[in-house]
Amino acid sequence: MSQLNVELVAADRRVWAGTARMVSARSSDGDLGILPGHQPILTILVAGEVTIKGEEGTQTATIDGGFMSVDHDTVRIIAEHVDVTAGSGS
Amino acid sequence: MGAQIRVYRQRIRSVSATKKITRAMELMAASRVVRARERAVESAPYTHALTQSLSALATYSNHDHPMTTEPEQVRRSAVLILTADRGLAGGYNANVLKESERLVNELRDAGKEVVVYLVGRRAVQFYKFRQRSYAAGWTGFTEKPTIDVAREIAERLITDFGTEYEEGGHDEVHIVYTRFNTMVDQEARVLRMLPMEIVEDAEPAKPGATLPLYAFEPSAEEVLDEMLPKYVVARVWTCLLSAAASELASRQRAMKSATDNAEELVKMYTRLMNQARQAEITQEISEIVGGASALAEAK
Repeated sequence: MSQLNVELVAADRRVWAGTARMVSARSSDGDLGILPGHQPILTILVAGEVTIKGEEGTQTATIDGGFMSVDHDTVRIIAEHVDVTAGSGS
Repeated sequence: MGAQIRVYRQRIRSVSATKKITRAMELMAASRVVRARERAVESAPYTHALTQSLSALATYSNHDHPMTTEPEQVRRSAVLILTADRGLAGGYNANVLKESERLVNELRDAGKEVVVYLVGRRAVQFYKFRQRSYAAGWTGFTEKPTIDVAREIAERLITDFGTEYEEGGHDEVHIVYTRFNTMVDQEARVLRMLPMEIVEDAEPAKPGATLPLYAFEPSAEEVLDEMLPKYVVARVWTCLLSAAASELASRQRAMKSATDNAEELVKMYTRLMNQARQAEITQEISEIVGGASALAEAK
């Protein structure tokens, strides 16, 4: 199965980068889940949690609002402040 | 002890004390500049990601946003000047201020009104001393700026940019900052930030690799509205970080040459002191010899 290349970027550092099976975040229209093969999308994220489900576990981070761009299975989440709350088995 | 020797000894003591201070400042700046450069490097992914998304957005939507459209007539320009909070950094502050003066005069000659926004205590002092007015000043963080400060500055600039001319708004924004090229090379630069051209520093699209046809959520306009201010924040943030690294590098260099100078001075004064001591001894001997022979003659 194809995978997502995920990049979680805060203003002052790259918080996390790696591969994942699923990414979910809260967009301005509601929760949005991204699986491999998703259409290219550029969306506004509101303050809330971002969940990255990877091979080795789930990574959760709290962001203060930002953007998510998806293209060719590359997911880029951009936020000014990112707080990694729980990284179980990352 | 001769008066001359005492004077030299005093000078040596005072120069050594100064040397200690400049040495300490040099070491402090040296360690901080490393950190400042790291921060600049660490912020690169954010700006890069934002730029990439934004150029994709600009390519696929021909929505005209006021922040990207050239105004018909620029009547008032804003100039944001980034200086340091402290001096003792060689020509760092002077260079930025000189460049800003040049820009302000150029804009005035072109018939535009100019409002200035200042960052750093040095710029504020410069304007206060000359009793010139400025729109806003931010101080107290230039060695270690944070994204929150960048956002505050950017928001103020954007708000005023969106205001009508009659109510005191401006039509374009320039930033004067110091670009960090290498440890020994920093230059004062002018950057026009608003209205902006998004594609400027995006890497040229690789031929063959077509940009994906993005879907925008909720809509292209709304995404653009959200994203452009963030981009301005990122630009200000980049400039602040570059200025901070430049400031520290300049300070390190200035303090290094001050320390070297102090060493030279100590060396010179030591020689002069030795000379003075030798002269005194010579004089004493000749006095004794002269006195003795005078006594012998008197017998």
